[in-house]
Formats: sequence, C-alpha cells, structure tokens
Amino acid sequence: MSQTTTMTGSGPVTRSGVEPSGPRPKPFFTPPRIILYTVLVFACIYFLFPLYVMIVTSFKTMPEIRFGNIFALPAQWTGEAWIKAWTSACTGLTCQGLSPGFWNSVKITVPSTIVSIFIAAVNGYALVNWRFKGSELFFAVLIFGSFIPYQVFLYPLVVITRELGIFGSLWAVILVHTIFGMPILTLLFRNYFASLPQELFKAARVDGAGFWRIFFEIMLPMSLPIFVVALILQITGIWNDFLFGAVFAGTQNYPMTVQLNNIVNSAQGTPEYHVNMAATILTGLVPLIVYFVSGKLFVRGVAAGAVKG
Amino acid sequence: MADTAVQTAERTRAPGASRVLYNTFIRNLSAKIAAAPMVLTVLVVFIGCTIWTVYYSFTASRLLPNNKLVGFDQYERLFATARWNVSVTNLIIYGSLSLVFTLTIGFVLAVLMDQKIRFESAFRTIMLYPFALSFIVTGLVWQWIMNPTLGLQGTLRNMGWSSFTFDWLNNPKMVLYAILIAGLWQGVGFTMVLLLAGLRSVDEEIWKAARIDGIPTWRTYISIVLPMMRGVLVTSVVLIGSGIVRLYDLVVALTDGGPGISSEVPAKYVYQYMFSGGNLGQALAASTMMLVTVLIIVIPWAYLEFGGKGRRS
Repeated sequence: MSQTTTMTGSGPVTRSGVEPSGPRPKPFFTPPRIILYTVLVFACIYFLFPLYVMIVTSFKTMPEIRFGNIFALPAQWTGEAWIKAWTSACTGLTCQGLSPGFWNSVKITVPSTIVSIFIAAVNGYALVNWRFKGSELFFAVLIFGSFIPYQVFLYPLVVITRELGIFGSLWAVILVHTIFGMPILTLLFRNYFASLPQELFKAARVDGAGFWRIFFEIMLPMSLPIFVVALILQITGIWNDFLFGAVFAGTQNYPMTVQLNNIVNSAQGTPEYHVNMAATILTGLVPLIVYFVSGKLFVRGVAAGAVKG
Repeated sequence: MADTAVQTAERTRAPGASRVLYNTFIRNLSAKIAAAPMVLTVLVVFIGCTIWTVYYSFTASRLLPNNKLVGFDQYERLFATARWNVSVTNLIIYGSLSLVFTLTIGFVLAVLMDQKIRFESAFRTIMLYPFALSFIVTGLVWQWIMNPTLGLQGTLRNMGWSSFTFDWLNNPKMVLYAILIAGLWQGVGFTMVLLLAGLRSVDEEIWKAARIDGIPTWRTYISIVLPMMRGVLVTSVVLIGSGIVRLYDLVVALTDGGPGISSEVPAKYVYQYMFSGGNLGQALAASTMMLVTVLIIVIPWAYLEFGGKGRRS
C-alpha cells in the first residue's frame, strides 16, 4: 500500500529535543483498507454461516423449521433437540441417541492417542540418537506410505486383525490408528529431538545411562511442547475418523462420527432436522474445544505436520 | 550422532560372521526393540499390505480372497463399469477444481491477511475452525443448508425471491459443485495458513528492493514472492492432492453418491465392493488404481524434494 512514506519517516539521526520518531502513523480507513476488510469480512461470513445455521436450527422446534427460514433465530429457544440427540435419537438399529457413540469415541481416542504418541516418540528418539543400519530407509518408507490411500491397506488389515482375533473390537481400531498416526508423529518427534542439543545425549551416555533411561529422564521432560502438538493432532484426527471406525470397530463400538451419520442418513420416518443439527454440533464439539483452547498451537501442529510431511 | 554406538562396536570387535550377527541383532538392542513397531508397520503394513492388495487384484477373489489368477480381467471389468468411470470422472473434475480454487482462494486470503491487518488472529481462527471438524460434520451441515425445501433455497423463496434455485444436491449435473463448496469450506483455511507462513518466510529485504524499484505490490506478489514460495506451494499441492484421492467421508455424509450414481468417487467404489458388494477382486483392482494415481503425484514430488538435491538451485 502506501509504504513509501514509511521509508522517509524512519531513523531519527539527531536526538535534539522532542522530535517525534518512528514511521508516520497511517490513517486507518483508506479506500484500499476498506476493500480489504470488506473482503475478509465476507469470507468470514462464508466460514461462520454453517456454524450459525447449525446452532440456530438445533434450538428450534420442528414446526418452526418447517416454516422455512434457516436464517431466523428461534422464536422460542428449546433444548429439546439436544436432549433427544444425546439420549434417544435412532441410528437405524437402536434408539439410544449419540451418547453411546460419544463414549465409544472416548474409548477409542484416549488409548489410541496415548499409544500412538508413545510409540512415535520412541521412534523419533531412536531415529535421531540410536540410528541402526537401515533406520533412515525405514523412516523414508514410513513417510512415503503416509500418502498411500487407506483403501489400499483396508482389506489386508481386516485379514490381519481377524487373524489376531481383534477384528470388530476396540483393539483393532486402536491398532489401526496407531499404525496410521505413526508417519506424521514420528516425523514430528524426529525433527524435534534432532533440534535438541546432542551434548545432552552424549553426556548421559558417558555417564552410563541406557536407551530407556535417557528417553524417560532426559528426552521426555524436554519435549512437552511437541507432546502438546502431537496431542492436538491425534485427538482431533482420531475423533474425526469415520472410515476406520466403520470398518474395524464393530457395530457395538461405532464411534460418534459413524453413529451421527447413521442418525442423519439412515433414519426412517420424517427427518428431524433440529435433532440432526444438535447431534452434528455434539460430534464437532470435542475437536472444536481442542481447537479453541489450543489456539496457535493447533496451527503449529497442523502446519508442522504438513510442511515437512 | 551415532558415534557412541560406533565406538562401542570398535571396542568389542569380534571376527567374521559372529561380528555380522552381533552388528545386526545385538548392538543397540534396546533401540532395535524400541523401533520394532515402526519396522513392523513399514514391513507388514506399508509394504506387505500394498503387495497383498496388488497381488489379489489379479485374482478372481469374490467374497473371500482366493488364488485364482486371472490377469487383467478385474481391471478390464473395472473400466467397463459405468459406476467406476463416473467415479473417476468425478474425481478428476472435483480434484482439478478443488486444487485450483483451494490454492487461489487460499493465496488471496493469505495475501489479504499479510497486509498488517488488525484482528489477524480472529480472522485466522474463523477461517481455520472448519478444518478441525470431521468431514461427516461438514457434510451434514451443508446437506442441511442445501436442503431444497427448507434450506437456503426454500428460505430465499419464502422471502419473496421465487426464482432462486439452489437444488444442487438433487441435480446430477451440479451435485459435484455442492461437494466442492463444502470441501472448500473445510480446507481453504488450512491452505491459507500454510501459504501465509510461506509469505512470512520471504525476506523483508526483497520487499524493500521491490519497493525501491517501484514495482507495484500485486506485481511483487505474482512475479517475485510467488516463485520464491515454491516449496510451500508444492507441499500444498501434494497435501491437497492426496486429500482429494482419499475423498470419501464428505461424499458419504453429503450425498452418499447420489442422486443415482452421479457423485460417486473411487474410494466409495472400493468400500462398496469390498464390504457390501462381495466382489473383492474388483475392490482391490480399484484400490490399486488409487495407489497408482497417488504414486504418479507423489513420486515426482519426492524426487524433486529429496532426490535431486544436487541440481536444485
């Protein structure tokens, strides 16, 4: 924009008196700025509109929805749809609402997150400090494999989990999430451990500390930031998963995303849009909370994973 | 890095075969045990399962895998199936539009965000939050918004704009663009964040030099900054690309392939034949085709990024 003015204003040479220094303050409302903010605000409307519609619809009653105005605020706010979505909405088979799905998702997400992060952290540590023959090659294949569509592995993994006797259980989902979380998380931890000063590791080796002792007593305490990033990545990623839950979990363990889709897309009878929207918000709530609480770390997490991967 | 390990090896120099054995199995034993999950994942899943899938795509497997090799029969049948051909066409159309729009809109937004604006973090938070959501959530919200009678179309008609038409979910010709709108809603923010990071990494001196030379701002962005962001751009393309090939959840939630088969995608075809169609050979041939597509995207990128380092200027 009008950057040339800043060039002349900078750099006060003499300190004689109370001359104002620094760049000349620019007026806030210049025409280009107004256009700029207008465009950004319109973009934000596009991004916020679905959220608004979801919230507004979920608090309406069905007669009001049938009136046909998705913009309007509810004439009478009611939490009825939320209660129904949580406790008694039908998924085609049962009518227990989303709550079983929620707890299934918790049961899947918590162990998968812990196991996958722990394994990846150890991997990253071994890759940086304990290289063995071929370790870099394995790592390269791991990263490369993360680009292959899941459909390629789907059936063989069904066979493997069936042979292990865990197909259709929570263990199968946890295993699959651990496998497919590994490339990105290992990359994250490898890069992080590589950035730590190597002298620490060497000093510990000289003092006779072994593999696990160095890992638990030196590496782990220093890697809190990267653990938070990995946590954000895994919680949102696993919570949002649909495919693995649908294939490996088995009917009684369906995660929330699968049950939500069943409630909305395979329910019989007249669709209840307010219940659908309440259920949709409920499903999106966990990742949204993670997103808003973590703020900049979320950006760092996804970008760190993405830029390098 | 691994000097310590090397020193230990030198100290315990054992002759001949036993030394090889020692080096392969005993040295850094804990490290090898610790890396076992990774090694297993690579060997069993990423290599083993891929080979398994490719091999059985050449068999006449029906409900269960069998070993009757039939050459390219499954592939011939695949490309003779209307559903598959529609899926591929859809993916090509959706993919190219999604790539172009995600990059363009993402870049424009990133440039706008780069103008030292106020409330930058608020804007970024708003643009990125859909990315945290599940594709199922995204699909269902947009399904509701695009509901012909009670959604956006019905609302605007009730308000008096009786000719307003937005029935893309019921229109076989437009349904792909409905998916595109939802997909962009979810993904553009992320590309914007990536590209903004790319813009910020461009040296301030470049901007000063361009300003002194009197090059207009938009020109500087297009001709100087954009080429300098090659790395981030390529990464974005690869990420968007591998996401497109995987496109599945969003379609399931938003249209379930309908109306008819007009919004089918390859990933759905695979799932369909694998778990409800009882034709495993077809499903595996289709997933092998997906694999080939991804290899075509990723190998040149991997080569540029990691292979030909010497020639990169």
